Amino acid sequence: MTNNKDKTLGETLRSQGISRRSFLKYCAATASMMALSPAMIPKIAHALESARRPSVIWLSFQECTGCTESLTRAHTATIESLIFDAISLDYHHTLQAASGHAAEEAREAAMKENFGKYLLVVDGSIPMDNPGYSTIAGISNYDMLMESAKGAAAIIAVGTCATYGGIPHANPNPTGAVSVGDLIKDKPIINVPGCPPIPVVITGVLTHFLTFGTIPELDHIGRPKVFYGQSIHDRCYRRPFYDKGLFAETFDDEGAKKGWCLYKLGCKGPTTYNACATTKWNDGTSWPIEAGHPCLGCSEPDFWDGGGFYKSLSMPTENIAQTAVYAAAGAVAAGVALGAMNKSKKNSAAKAHNKTTIDDLEK
Amino acid sequence: MSETTPHQPDAVKFNIQIGDTLTHNVKPLLHEIKHALDKLIETGKSTIIDLRSIPLAPGEEEKILNTLGQGEVQAQLNALGLSEITETQYAGVWIVTHYNDEQHVISRFIEVTTMPEILCSQTEDVMEAYSRLTLDLADT
Repeated sequence: MTNNKDKTLGETLRSQGISRRSFLKYCAATASMMALSPAMIPKIAHALESARRPSVIWLSFQECTGCTESLTRAHTATIESLIFDAISLDYHHTLQAASGHAAEEAREAAMKENFGKYLLVVDGSIPMDNPGYSTIAGISNYDMLMESAKGAAAIIAVGTCATYGGIPHANPNPTGAVSVGDLIKDKPIINVPGCPPIPVVITGVLTHFLTFGTIPELDHIGRPKVFYGQSIHDRCYRRPFYDKGLFAETFDDEGAKKGWCLYKLGCKGPTTYNACATTKWNDGTSWPIEAGHPCLGCSEPDFWDGGGFYKSLSMPTENIAQTAVYAAAGAVAAGVALGAMNKSKKNSAAKAHNKTTIDDLEK
Repeated sequence: MSETTPHQPDAVKFNIQIGDTLTHNVKPLLHEIKHALDKLIETGKSTIIDLRSIPLAPGEEEKILNTLGQGEVQAQLNALGLSEITETQYAGVWIVTHYNDEQHVISRFIEVTTMPEILCSQTEDVMEAYSRLTLDLADT
């Protein structure tokens, strides 16, 4: 994986016998993937010609591996493999062949060799309660993150767990989970939330860094505007029904069959920013709203505690006060203090926690 | 066009009733193409529209492709997977579809131009061809 590190991407592709025409095709697909205007294709071609392969270290903390599953099922095998040829993925404990000491040595070597230049990708949240909740090679997630972040040029937080704490952070947050951005303040962080994020959004952000060597323009919570700049609602093909006041009231009524707006069934599209409406899922086959299910808002902070997936947004959530506490916690810089804070909140939250029954879902 | 693609993305159909007036994305796009044709005639400048960047209801992409229909030219490109370049019944309006090795559509563009750039022989490839032919002749 570490061969050809000094070659530019253009040289790497030419040495593999890939024609200029193929390269143009690659650039066209890349522009589409990065949600950039087709007018940018010549600029992308020019930038990619001279792009060098960055070293990438990928850390997985408290997560379900869904983000890696999403990435590796991107369904654009040719393009993806080119990207992976173009980056030097030096550490990813799910994908790498090495294990144990050899794996950790690979990470340390990559960090040393590329200090100040490598790209750090993180999925999963970091437990600040008991470090033993999640360790890799006996190293706590916190220690590994802080150590690996030191020499990173930029950090990409992949998935809602790494970006905003995600499901581990949900009430009552038993592990004191925090996000990457809660702990690291002195590095550029690109948040790529979603549960999981759309595959091409992950590769799109990687490609942007590879192509331009800079981080894309971000919104107020660190997400690339090019993918998270517009709400699901604004880009939804069912939007005209909302405008006309035509709603599905249940999952099997006439409105549902006619494909009317799912707002009353709890759709979080109006408050959710993501690219699902245009990029879609599974090779552009469909996406949740097209399949008849409301958007859960998985790319937003605290989506799991939003007061019920099937409650309309116009109904108030029951835990507004608690959400405010978590929002305040997110602003505290010191991770240890956060852990202590989460611990005390955890106890009170555990007492208030009610189990969800099937009746609740049908309310 | 959709009939000729090796992979049918519509293999999965949901029980959603599609009406002709479900959304209004088809007609505005056709108008955009008309304006692009006008620009091509007046200034000679090309336009590329990325179909993946537009929110489309189920069936709308097929409707757009069917409306544009098929013209005189159909070309296939074998470079990092298949690509199909088809001139529609409206001369100057091309559909360019890129597939990967697994025959999945990775991008689809409507190009309003006299000749899509990807069909032209590329200077770098021509130069490489010259060197290769020179070497081949030297060998014989």
